[in-house]
Amino acid sequence: MHFAFTDDQIALRDAVRDLLVKECPPAAVRSAGESSTPTFSAAWRALAEMGVLGVLAADDVGGLGLTDLDLVLVLEETGYAALPEPIVEHAAVAVPLLDDPTAAITGSELISATAPNDQIDDQTDDQIAPSAELASAVVVWIDKQPALVPRDQIKLVTYESVDHTRRIARLDFDPQSATPLTSNAIRANARGVVGLAAQLIGLTRRMLDLTVEYASTRKQFGVPIGSFQAVKHHLADARIALEFARPLVYRAAWSLASNDPDAELHASMAKAMAGDAALLTASKALQCHGAIGYSFEYDLHLFMKRAWVLAGTWGSSADHRARVGNSVL
Amino acid sequence: MDLNFTATEEAFRAECRAWLEENTPRGLPSGDTRAGFALHLEWEKLLFANRWAVVSWPEEYGGRNASPMEWLIFEEEYYRAGGPQRVTQNGIFLLAPTIFEFGTPAQQAEVLPRMAAAEDLWCQGWSEPNAGSDLASTRSRAERDASGGWRLNGQKTWTTRGAFCTHLFGLFRTDPEAQRHSGLTYFMVPLDAPGITVRGFGRLDGDEGFAEVFLDDVVVTDDAVLGEVDQGWGVAMATASAERGLTLRSPGRFTATAARLVNLYRERAATAAPALRDAVVQAYIEAEAYRWQTFSTVTRMVEGENIGAEPSMTKVFWSELDIHLHETALALLGSAAEYDSTGWMKGFEFSLSGPIYAGTNEIQRNVIAERVLGLPRK
Repeated sequence: MHFAFTDDQIALRDAVRDLLVKECPPAAVRSAGESSTPTFSAAWRALAEMGVLGVLAADDVGGLGLTDLDLVLVLEETGYAALPEPIVEHAAVAVPLLDDPTAAITGSELISATAPNDQIDDQTDDQIAPSAELASAVVVWIDKQPALVPRDQIKLVTYESVDHTRRIARLDFDPQSATPLTSNAIRANARGVVGLAAQLIGLTRRMLDLTVEYASTRKQFGVPIGSFQAVKHHLADARIALEFARPLVYRAAWSLASNDPDAELHASMAKAMAGDAALLTASKALQCHGAIGYSFEYDLHLFMKRAWVLAGTWGSSADHRARVGNSVL
Repeated sequence: MDLNFTATEEAFRAECRAWLEENTPRGLPSGDTRAGFALHLEWEKLLFANRWAVVSWPEEYGGRNASPMEWLIFEEEYYRAGGPQRVTQNGIFLLAPTIFEFGTPAQQAEVLPRMAAAEDLWCQGWSEPNAGSDLASTRSRAERDASGGWRLNGQKTWTTRGAFCTHLFGLFRTDPEAQRHSGLTYFMVPLDAPGITVRGFGRLDGDEGFAEVFLDDVVVTDDAVLGEVDQGWGVAMATASAERGLTLRSPGRFTATAARLVNLYRERAATAAPALRDAVVQAYIEAEAYRWQTFSTVTRMVEGENIGAEPSMTKVFWSELDIHLHETALALLGSAAEYDSTGWMKGFEFSLSGPIYAGTNEIQRNVIAERVLGLPRK
């Protein structure tokens, strides 16, 4: 038993972290939600150039030939930065499914995906995909199996996400136009779940960092508000939630990388805990900020809204607990 | 990263499991009563005779030199087999690590073997009537005695199993001029010394698990001092860290309780409310989370990383998890919880002490905020 990342994995994470600090500041995230026509962010292009979109693709097709353990730390950082593009759907879900991922690895094509619980025969939910206008194709789920629909077979109806930066749209298409994706399909759903859980961990860290910084400098009654026990205890609770969600996410990534037969179960535990940690932290962060956190000009809402959305999609915490229950009880 | 256990670790687990399944006693009464305590001592002596009492200690003291990961495996197997509370815990888990770190060779040779064999039984003398969470306000004092030793006076309280133990370790003020954290010294005191009065009293469940210890001109020799004179706070904090962190409440206890909860749910699934299904799964996942967080933390410790104040997070998490596990079980039992004799109600009462002992969870949250997150003290 050795639960630690390698130096190479940490180095890749740090390189991505540095890239995102430079290319994906809050202003860039904000502008992704404001431009009239969607465009790829500078961060997306830089990540593609770095090769990060092909972490899971074999080297002989131009990928990095690495595993879910390398990817999980990368995705956590993209959560921390609230990268606008759907990198989980693209790099964790779609790339391993494609027979020829070359264009996806170079970033010249973006492949989005719907959430797998939005079944095609389920009339209760619309088929929604993030960054659908930018996508060249979308992974959809038919009888729980992934299938690819090219963009030109899809009629898009733009929806306004609570998180403007996600640029979601409803997909109308003929299921006959979808091509089943068979290679590596068995883990595609779990890869998306773990990827989003990793982003939720990153978002939790970001909201905590923002709030600790604010509470350390904002003064009321002549002292920093972070010196009050009521504020300390809110943030301690968020830190504890982070502490105990994160290892389950890394463990689920390891299970994917090592083809553990329980990888889906581990993915569900990870998403349930990471989603709850992010939602708890979002509410604690907002409360500790007070009115400034409730304003649109302050950045907290960028991360908070992303956390709300990612905690709910690809199965809420309650959905994933129900799945764990089906395995364990 | 390799989340499989090594062949050595698996072999160790198999050895633990075989012996524990064969030998673990069933249905021992509470170790927090005088009669129950005696029965638990027989079990502790059997563990020692088979070198299972202190697996992580060196072999010369009756241990097996088990690695930290192997120690976690032993704990998992111990509680999986239904092993009872360790009535020796305050010695083997709290005092012993401090003696390994601060004790002289003579102290180690004198104290550790008898502790491992459950011949000397140690209780913790930290809390006083006016020093609970504010441990640094300790008033019990030690003065130099004409004999060259020390003369102890004062009162300790909330001393777990103090009425059944033979020895006490605790903090005494040796420099009356010094303020708070300075001027305290760590002493190890035999409870049969003249001048000591021990009075047991009931806990929440009525068992005599608490004691008051009165010290009235108790004379001890110089080798009763652990670490440097006036430096007891630093010595005590090493013990506090062990208590809050892994050693006292390892994940094995909670994964075993979660497994029992899952079994209870299965028995009652037909009539259980849907919300209870969710609560059972939540508690199960949290126990898993503690387990994997611990494997991660122990990996870092083995690699020499200092985990600082992180054990405060662990302490809050396991103590609140323990309550969730038991509350959920009681809800599943419904009206049968009132007269439950399968351990859930008794366990629930005990779980309620978790957020209080070893530094209240409010104190821990302050520590997390200041020392993990870096929020301002003032």
